Amino acid sequence: MSAMANPFPQTTATWSLPDRGKVAMAGLIIAESAIFTIFVVAYLFYVGKSLTGPTPREVLETPIFYSICLLSSSLTIHFAAKSLARDRVGAFLGLWALTIVLGGTFMYGTAQEWHRLIYEHGLTISTNLFGTTYYSLVGLHAFHVTAGLLMLLIVAIFALVGRVGVRQSRRVEVLSMYWHFVDVVWVVVFTVVYVLGR
Amino acid sequence: MVAHLSVFVLAITGIIFLVVFTLLAYSVIKFRARGRDANREPAQVYGSTQIELAWTIIPILIVVVLFLATARVLHAVQDAPQPPGAIEVTAIGHQYWWEFRYPKLGVVTANELHIPVSDPANPNPTFLTLLSADTDHSFWVPELAGKTDLIPNHPNRMWMDPQRTGIFLGQCAQYCGVQHAKMLLRISVDSPEDFAAWVRGQQQPAVQDASVAAGRRVFESNACMNCHAVGATPANGRFGPDLTHLMSRVTIASGAAANTPEKLRLWIQDPNAIKPGSLMPAMKLSDSDLDAVVSYMETLR
Amino acid sequence: MSSNAITIPGVQIDERPWVDTLHEWVTTVDHKRLGVLYILYALLFLVVAGGEALIIRIQLMFPHNQFVSPQVFNRLFTMHGTTMVFFMGMPILFGFANYLVPLMIGARDMAFPRLNAFSFWLSALGGFLLYFSLVGANGLYGAGNAPDVGWWAYAPLTARAFSPGHSTDYWTLALLVSGFGSIGTAINIIATILCMRCPGMKLNRMPLLAWLNLVMAGMVLLAVSPLTAAQMMLLIDRYLGGHFFDTQAGGSAVLWMHFFWIFGHPEVYILIIPCFAFMSEIIPVFSRKPIFGYPVMVAATVSIGFVSMSVWAHHMFTVGMNSYANSFFTITTMAVGVPTGIKIFNWLGTMWGGRIQFKTPMLFSIAFLFQFLIAGLTGVMLASAAFASQLSLSYFVVAHFHYTLVGGVIVAVFAAIYYWYPKITGRMLNETLGKWHFWLFLIGFHLTFDLMHIPGLLGMPRRIYTYEPGRGWDTLNLLISIGAFIQAIAILLFVANLLISYFKGAQAGNDPWDAWTLEWSTSSPPPAYNFASIPVVASRRPLWDLKHPEDPDSQYE
Repeated sequence: MSAMANPFPQTTATWSLPDRGKVAMAGLIIAESAIFTIFVVAYLFYVGKSLTGPTPREVLETPIFYSICLLSSSLTIHFAAKSLARDRVGAFLGLWALTIVLGGTFMYGTAQEWHRLIYEHGLTISTNLFGTTYYSLVGLHAFHVTAGLLMLLIVAIFALVGRVGVRQSRRVEVLSMYWHFVDVVWVVVFTVVYVLGR
Repeated sequence: MVAHLSVFVLAITGIIFLVVFTLLAYSVIKFRARGRDANREPAQVYGSTQIELAWTIIPILIVVVLFLATARVLHAVQDAPQPPGAIEVTAIGHQYWWEFRYPKLGVVTANELHIPVSDPANPNPTFLTLLSADTDHSFWVPELAGKTDLIPNHPNRMWMDPQRTGIFLGQCAQYCGVQHAKMLLRISVDSPEDFAAWVRGQQQPAVQDASVAAGRRVFESNACMNCHAVGATPANGRFGPDLTHLMSRVTIASGAAANTPEKLRLWIQDPNAIKPGSLMPAMKLSDSDLDAVVSYMETLR
Repeated sequence: MSSNAITIPGVQIDERPWVDTLHEWVTTVDHKRLGVLYILYALLFLVVAGGEALIIRIQLMFPHNQFVSPQVFNRLFTMHGTTMVFFMGMPILFGFANYLVPLMIGARDMAFPRLNAFSFWLSALGGFLLYFSLVGANGLYGAGNAPDVGWWAYAPLTARAFSPGHSTDYWTLALLVSGFGSIGTAINIIATILCMRCPGMKLNRMPLLAWLNLVMAGMVLLAVSPLTAAQMMLLIDRYLGGHFFDTQAGGSAVLWMHFFWIFGHPEVYILIIPCFAFMSEIIPVFSRKPIFGYPVMVAATVSIGFVSMSVWAHHMFTVGMNSYANSFFTITTMAVGVPTGIKIFNWLGTMWGGRIQFKTPMLFSIAFLFQFLIAGLTGVMLASAAFASQLSLSYFVVAHFHYTLVGGVIVAVFAAIYYWYPKITGRMLNETLGKWHFWLFLIGFHLTFDLMHIPGLLGMPRRIYTYEPGRGWDTLNLLISIGAFIQAIAILLFVANLLISYFKGAQAGNDPWDAWTLEWSTSSPPPAYNFASIPVVASRRPLWDLKHPEDPDSQYE
């Protein structure tokens, strides 16, 4: 085979296919959305069905500030990726760091809320149906935020040692897709838990 | 009704099978490669829109017909209203036995159900409320009705309208644990007189026979009464079957053994010999205590 | 391995140390090697789970048989089902997808070779975890305990109260881990098919195998994820005191059923769609005609993908849903039979007017058509919710799904192995042994699974370790068990064929079947880089065009 000429007719037409990083991330987002959907369904199904214990209305405080932090981090990461695509690494680094700070603030907010719920209201994952579904859903989201923050940090470290430039912009864009997904999930979780669920 | 539907469905699927199978067999025989075909390829046909349409539309029509036939029977069965005189039974599934209560008649029994026969002129169906004390079970007596599950925290209802008397066998149909296989059902469809007699017998208080007082003491001083109930005595455990009229039943251990003194003795001494994994513990009684308790049980008609 | 080695006379070349070969295989990221690893892994579990089935059938040969205890029996059917679905079915189909998709679309490898390897080893870990339960589940001081909750693990049987110890946890973790592997492979397949096709291979020129694996991969993303979520919920219930399925706390056992079957039903379509793909590649070649109705086949598969996500509660007809819900699931379940039937008709249309060669792959394909037709029709019977109230949870259902999984999936896998073994190894499988395998397996299969419908109709429920005599089930069960042993012998012949032919089979050459898709244009086995230069295609059958320049497909498409 190695010595044979290519038997297939050649073509000079252009042949372009989608970027595999983006397709793969889209696939991952679809799968993760399905997982979150099941937890949301469980949450909605069990609204009002707890036999005992604190109810959402009694204990939940709407985390407006922290939600704004998380959602604006989508903006900052978007502009960070754009900056990198234009080879403006300084702007990229600044916006990227801001994204991490905003995401970290959101996590701090979640930790604070959970501390209050556990120690002031005695609501844990085993207290009642509300506790189980609340901590699972919000916790699953928080886990995804944490994983995202870790990845953002790794990129930040690489950027600080000068290894992130315009040639990595495609990969950074793929990572930012994940971060946008995490934010969209928060919009859903927020609506289900703090708006509908009460 | 379900029987008619099943024949209808069977007929349609049977016809489809014959048609397609004939086409398959025909093409396998007629279009097989023969020696003289060695270097010729047949006509390379890519498809045909008309044929595709035909074999799309016809199956869709068949599906619509089957669906309508099914939906009709479904609604008739599931949404059947309960007539006023219907017998009401509450069936509670346990690992691995059936608890039956007749709330309006004040009867509590286990594993063997008695219901009156019905007929189209004077319908006398039995409506069951299905509950579970532990895991999922399913009540299935094929000759009397389709099955419905017993799921904890999810009450279900079903009905039976038996048209002939006799004994009908069934068993649990939803895997519920180790002894799922031996959670048997025995339904006795009685004539109205026999059913009334049975109910009267079940409504009697427990037989108090002084000659088995020793056995009764064994029963009430060991752990037996924690799980079992005997009417009008201190024993009122609900974990195991009600034993007030144990001798009115043909089998013990939910059908796993015949209701004879020998089997009863073995059951109390070593349940795992009859139904390994059942939740009745081996009572580890001495021989004399065992004999006494069995004599006591034998009086509970 | 390749037939292109250059030999230099007079030079002594030492045998390669086996550790080197082992290292190469363990660290491989080559899609062909990973494909072979998946297939071998699955064949190993086919034998293990088949053994479990044989023990089950021995126990059920006679009423009140005491070959195994009820505890062991319950573990056997749980392990048999779980192993066959997750560690035989999924891996073997992922293995074929891995091997064939890049070759068929003219690519050099999958989109993400390292993710590919990672996904394989995750799935392998899952299988290991499940079987480790035999020694690990009870701790060091007891005999091991495999899970015994059935492969659907209904709540509340899986709660701590009813399943103490760790056997259920091994089930949960094994599936959680291999689920991540499945999602990884699915992402890889989608990215490969969408982003790595060779020039000229527009989506409507892809081999049907590529299309169908694309649909299958999309379904994996949507269906395996609910199972993953449910497993997490089960672990939360068992270890963190959660109440998702805790009926005592107001939780719902039915919710588990919904979540499981939202996975479970699409899962069986995930298993059968790659088998449809095999049929769509094999039947045309041995009928010597192109597939009849390529666009309709694609459309039918995509619609099966969508509709099958809406039928899940037909597994729950006895649970007490209201009549409107039951009617809804009846119509969707019957509806999914329409595109499936269309596919069967299209395969018939492919054979019609052809010149059918009865080589072993085609024998298995014809058997597939016959058996899948019957399985589909018993499925229609089960779809009718009112009829299903008698048929559900009985041996009728067991017969139906074994008809689809053994008579459908396994038979199609046999066809695929006989068809592509020459490409993978460079050697032909023995036709005589193949025909013995085929006929013995067919006889055993039909003896077992045709008869098995009858005890179901007579009232025999599933998952029982023994049964009462005198219900009319006795002789049937005996014959069914005999059929199982005949199938086992057939499989032994098959394994023998695989081994003997590897060393003694006739040399295959590039294209032993005179086929038309790109994998047959390269050597058998292909070199690591697949193609010396990337192909360019102008039709659905590039090799037909090359072999028949006077009448290429590109003229008609």
